[in-house]
Amino acid sequence: MSLISVSNLVRYYGNHCAVDNISFELSAGDILGFLGPNGAGKSTTMQMLSGNLAPSEGEISINGIDLLDDPRQAKAAIGYLPEIPPLYKEMTVDEYLAYCARLHRIENSAINEMVDQAKTRCGLMDTGKRLIANLSKGFQQRVGIAQAILHSPDVIILDEPTVGLDPNQIREIRQLIAELGKEHGIILCTHILPEVQAVCNRVQIINQGQLVYESSMSELLRKQATGSYEVAFLRSPTVGNLTCLEGIHHAEQLDEHRFLVTTAGSSVEYLVKVAVKNDWGLFKLMPHERSLEQIFIDLTTGDDETIEDAVSPENTDEQNTEEDLDAAYENAVYESLEEQGDEQQNDNKKQDPAS
Amino acid sequence: MIATIALRELRSMFLSPLAWTVLAVAQLVLSWIFFTQIDVFFSIQEELATMPNAPGVTDLVVAPVIEIASIMLLMVSPLLTMRLISEERRNGTLGLLLSAPISITEIVLGKFFGIILFYILFVAMIALMPLSLLIGTDLDLGKLAAGILGLFLLLSAFAAAGLFLSSLTANPVIAAISTFGLLLLLWILDSSAGGESGNVFTYLAITTHITPMIRGIINSVDLAYFGLFIVTFLLLTIRQMDAERLQQ
Repeated sequence: MSLISVSNLVRYYGNHCAVDNISFELSAGDILGFLGPNGAGKSTTMQMLSGNLAPSEGEISINGIDLLDDPRQAKAAIGYLPEIPPLYKEMTVDEYLAYCARLHRIENSAINEMVDQAKTRCGLMDTGKRLIANLSKGFQQRVGIAQAILHSPDVIILDEPTVGLDPNQIREIRQLIAELGKEHGIILCTHILPEVQAVCNRVQIINQGQLVYESSMSELLRKQATGSYEVAFLRSPTVGNLTCLEGIHHAEQLDEHRFLVTTAGSSVEYLVKVAVKNDWGLFKLMPHERSLEQIFIDLTTGDDETIEDAVSPENTDEQNTEEDLDAAYENAVYESLEEQGDEQQNDNKKQDPAS
Repeated sequence: MIATIALRELRSMFLSPLAWTVLAVAQLVLSWIFFTQIDVFFSIQEELATMPNAPGVTDLVVAPVIEIASIMLLMVSPLLTMRLISEERRNGTLGLLLSAPISITEIVLGKFFGIILFYILFVAMIALMPLSLLIGTDLDLGKLAAGILGLFLLLSAFAAAGLFLSSLTANPVIAAISTFGLLLLLWILDSSAGGESGNVFTYLAITTHITPMIRGIINSVDLAYFGLFIVTFLLLTIRQMDAERLQQ
């Protein structure tokens, strides 16, 4: 049975439709990355899942219990860290966590043990007696996470858990999330893509209130290999030199030194041999991957036409959709590469975590 | 669960300087009035001794103190209730309560009883001053009890109204000002009626119902008034919090 099952969820703010007909499921052991640009409806969806907002339409069931019919039981299975950690700054960490435990109806005798457990997991052992107001942002964030996992809920919903943390803390939090994912179902809501690639095993992209992409991480990784390589030579051959080589389907000059070539099978090895033989001065050979970032950008900034082409909601044939998606990415990749000048090269590297 | 929320509320009041300041200032002002009244009582004591059916110390000292306390609490109560829900909303801590397995009714009642616990303490401290007179004289304890009960009911009504207005906004100052405005309006409502009894404004005015109690008369009408007042505002608060989940 799935931990969370959401069907046809709709949420209006006045006339504005923030979440438009979203359906998805979360099973035990899933770490679901919920991606989307700002204002896409991520937080609204999370608020609805946690019972903070009532949906305009649609159903949410948690562990098979309907959130609207039986909110108390359903909410007991959820740990929620909102965008802003809900901390009472005037309390100490211990007091705060004990209060949270009581709110979740944990037996008095078990409170100390559970608070200690949550503190150990979040690295808060030495801060129990300190006021939350005096803790650094990173530690406050950890207290927020401790609060969400305290009652060992079946589902943990984390809304941008690593915002404002330094790189070390981010790494620690990610490790923690990965560890928690072994026992709990986790929804990780973020717009930081490397985070999703690092810890999630499923990914969903939401844009303008609609789910525009859904895939497992392994699927995504498989798709990333495109058979394209970016190569750079000191003494550049012509495009013609390259395309006449065996196994090179397509070559394209990006700037004075760089080329994008599409090869078949292992013919890239052949390309290297030829390059050495002809003394072209090969100094860069990089698989061109369609990263999650690229998918994200394509789906959330592309003109509406592309998106609709890529994932039309009416299109129920999965195979078809995938092909369309592939085509859309291909186009987008080439377009973006064509547009790239030398000065944008650095930007691109930054954006593409896989490179 | 209600107790958990109420106790945290009480604790957090004492963790902020506001509660301490309010208690200290109120106590200072009231004790000044208390001593002034005792002074007045001493100065007219000889005349009183010659009068038949003369008012006693309870009427001349205790009742005025409670009366002035009630006016002062009209001004102070909005300051204490303003942050009940609005601050939680502003700090984002409301999410903690809303995503916990508790109902909105429990949240609202928890908040209400939290402030009531504080007010019990407040009223007890005010009651200590008249009670100290027991060392030297006899008091009409029935009258005193009626006055204290009246003060407590009045404060509970203030708390319920303050809680409701705090649930409407994310800004404590706005909650305080609107609560004060509402309470003041209810306080002065009967003056517009020109003292006519039976007028709807007279019935709605708080003063109509608190004055008899301070004088030692407990009417079931007045008890019902405060009961309805409190229940109405608590229900409005619950409704408001529920509506907020549905619409924004």
